[in-house]
Amino acid sequence: MKLPPLFPIPAGSGPPQEPLAPAGPPPEFWRLFGANRGAVIGLGIIGLMLTLALTAPWLAPHPPAEQYRNALLLPPAWLAGGSWRFLLGTDDVGRDILSRLMVGASISLSIGCLVVSFSLVVGATLGLIAGFLRGVVESLIMRLMDVMLALPSLLLAIAIVAVLGPGLVNAMVAIAIVVLPHYVRLTRAAVITETTKDYVIASRIVGAGLMRQMFINVLPNCMAPLLVQATLGFSAAILDTAALGFLGLGAQPPTPEWGTMLADARQFIQRAWWVVTFPGLAILLTVLAFNLMGDGLRDAMDPRLKQ
Amino acid sequence: MIAFILQRLGLLLPTFFGVTLIAFSLIHLIPGDPIQILLGERGIDPARHAQLMVEFGLDKPLWQQYLRYVGQVIQGNLGASLVTREPVLHEFLTLFPATVELAVAAILFAILIGLPLGVVAAVKHGAWFDHTVMGLSLVGYSMPIFWWALLLILLFSVKLGWLPVSGRIAVQFWVEPVTGFLLLDTLLARDFEAFRSALRHLLLPALALGTIPLAVIARMTRSAMLEVIREDYIRVARAKGLPPWRVIAVHALRNALIPVVTVIGLQVGVLLAGAILTETIFAWPGVGKWLIDSVQRRDYPAVQGGILLLAGIVMLVNLLVDLLYGLINPRIRHAR
Repeated sequence: MKLPPLFPIPAGSGPPQEPLAPAGPPPEFWRLFGANRGAVIGLGIIGLMLTLALTAPWLAPHPPAEQYRNALLLPPAWLAGGSWRFLLGTDDVGRDILSRLMVGASISLSIGCLVVSFSLVVGATLGLIAGFLRGVVESLIMRLMDVMLALPSLLLAIAIVAVLGPGLVNAMVAIAIVVLPHYVRLTRAAVITETTKDYVIASRIVGAGLMRQMFINVLPNCMAPLLVQATLGFSAAILDTAALGFLGLGAQPPTPEWGTMLADARQFIQRAWWVVTFPGLAILLTVLAFNLMGDGLRDAMDPRLKQ
Repeated sequence: MIAFILQRLGLLLPTFFGVTLIAFSLIHLIPGDPIQILLGERGIDPARHAQLMVEFGLDKPLWQQYLRYVGQVIQGNLGASLVTREPVLHEFLTLFPATVELAVAAILFAILIGLPLGVVAAVKHGAWFDHTVMGLSLVGYSMPIFWWALLLILLFSVKLGWLPVSGRIAVQFWVEPVTGFLLLDTLLARDFEAFRSALRHLLLPALALGTIPLAVIARMTRSAMLEVIREDYIRVARAKGLPPWRVIAVHALRNALIPVVTVIGLQVGVLLAGAILTETIFAWPGVGKWLIDSVQRRDYPAVQGGILLLAGIVMLVNLLVDLLYGLINPRIRHAR
């Protein structure tokens, strides 16, 4: 949909290229974000999880798959019968729970990262295409997204895993596909608002191509809602992968993925509460942290959504 | 209103085709021979294989196969389970009441607790009660319910021994299935011991499944109430000297309920997805557990049918909610 330039501008002419200082993140943002105590706590927890995940190879007291046959189902260190060698106790085959949780943190955060980047890139691209091309293409894309939204995400993810077969990678693919509609709809809505603005029309008049319009001019101005969605998407990705892992359709044992750990631990619920408690607590804290931060981001970036 | 209904029904059509397309492609995307997938048999005699290909219409072009599939779906033929050889639709319908019972109990629990919590939080806006409720609801919203269910079992079954760990009713009871809802069936049979047992089995799963809707409903009620409380008619009601509880319960709540009803309707998808997890944990014999078992047994006709039916139910309920919403809020009807 490229319009021919009205007045072809010879290269080198035009207004002088003054290096305007790009508007950095407004200080307003940090003030609003910092004032939201929940968001700061969320950021703190995420920082902590990230540190644990990154330092796991060095700081984890034991290798995550090492089985200590003389220390099966040991309770946490502060309880009677616990040992300080295994701070959070051991599981049914004598693996150190703390070490597994730390490695699990790196797995869960990588899952979040990969799923969110994939769905953000693909979703934003589809949304841009729908918003710019309109017409048949738009209808096709949006109807497809409506169908996907009509299904509960876990159900659709299960369907995809049923086709691809269980496994961590397939679970991630499934979840990345399942969350696409949110990004597509957000991007399309933002694109449609943006394309009526003067700067887009102006740059079209000076001859900006479709690609340039889409990715350089319009996309950066649609980023605020997308970033909020991406943050919340982290929690959804981590939660859903854990759920699939728990159902035996995600990461397979002995991978120390939190949901898979919980599935393994289920049968020991009568004897050893710690094997069930800690992995779930890790999931809850991480998901909560991303939700808190997402709420804070939304308040700080998009004051309109604030009540 | 009729135009509105027709328009909403029109929107349903592409979704129906989309969902059937997803279910249809399921069988064709799974690597392997479709006859083997559909019959679960290996090493079929080639002549028989060719005959079956014709019988299932698999020798036709894909689009004809799809149309054939849609035709079968409309007639209620969803194939037979590989494990039990029973028609998938029949299996689904036998198990479905259990899921409905669980989901209804869960949403009732969520509404009965969540609605008052949201109202009080809005009335006490900014006070510690408000902060506590909002904090807890954020935790509830972030809760991995499969873990939450395990914690409930840990506390109420393992530590306190109050409630059973799994199943729908204790094994010694046999109730003639009339409605399929055990609570009703036991009452109809006047077997109150069995009713008690069924109720005790229902409590924990309903609690686990209802937690996320509860958090959502509490949050939504609070923000809807906060918006309504600022309106002029509330000030008028107060100024007339109506007792404060009446202003809140009648004037404010009734108007705040519109968005809340929508949110409650939208929880159906959440409930069905949650039921898959909850039923698996509590060995609740409903369609969620059946679907997961079928995936693990590679019972593809069952998986295909189950996904199609569950999706269809979510679609229908969403449609109902939309129509209901148009009924209570006339502005929606004319907006689009």
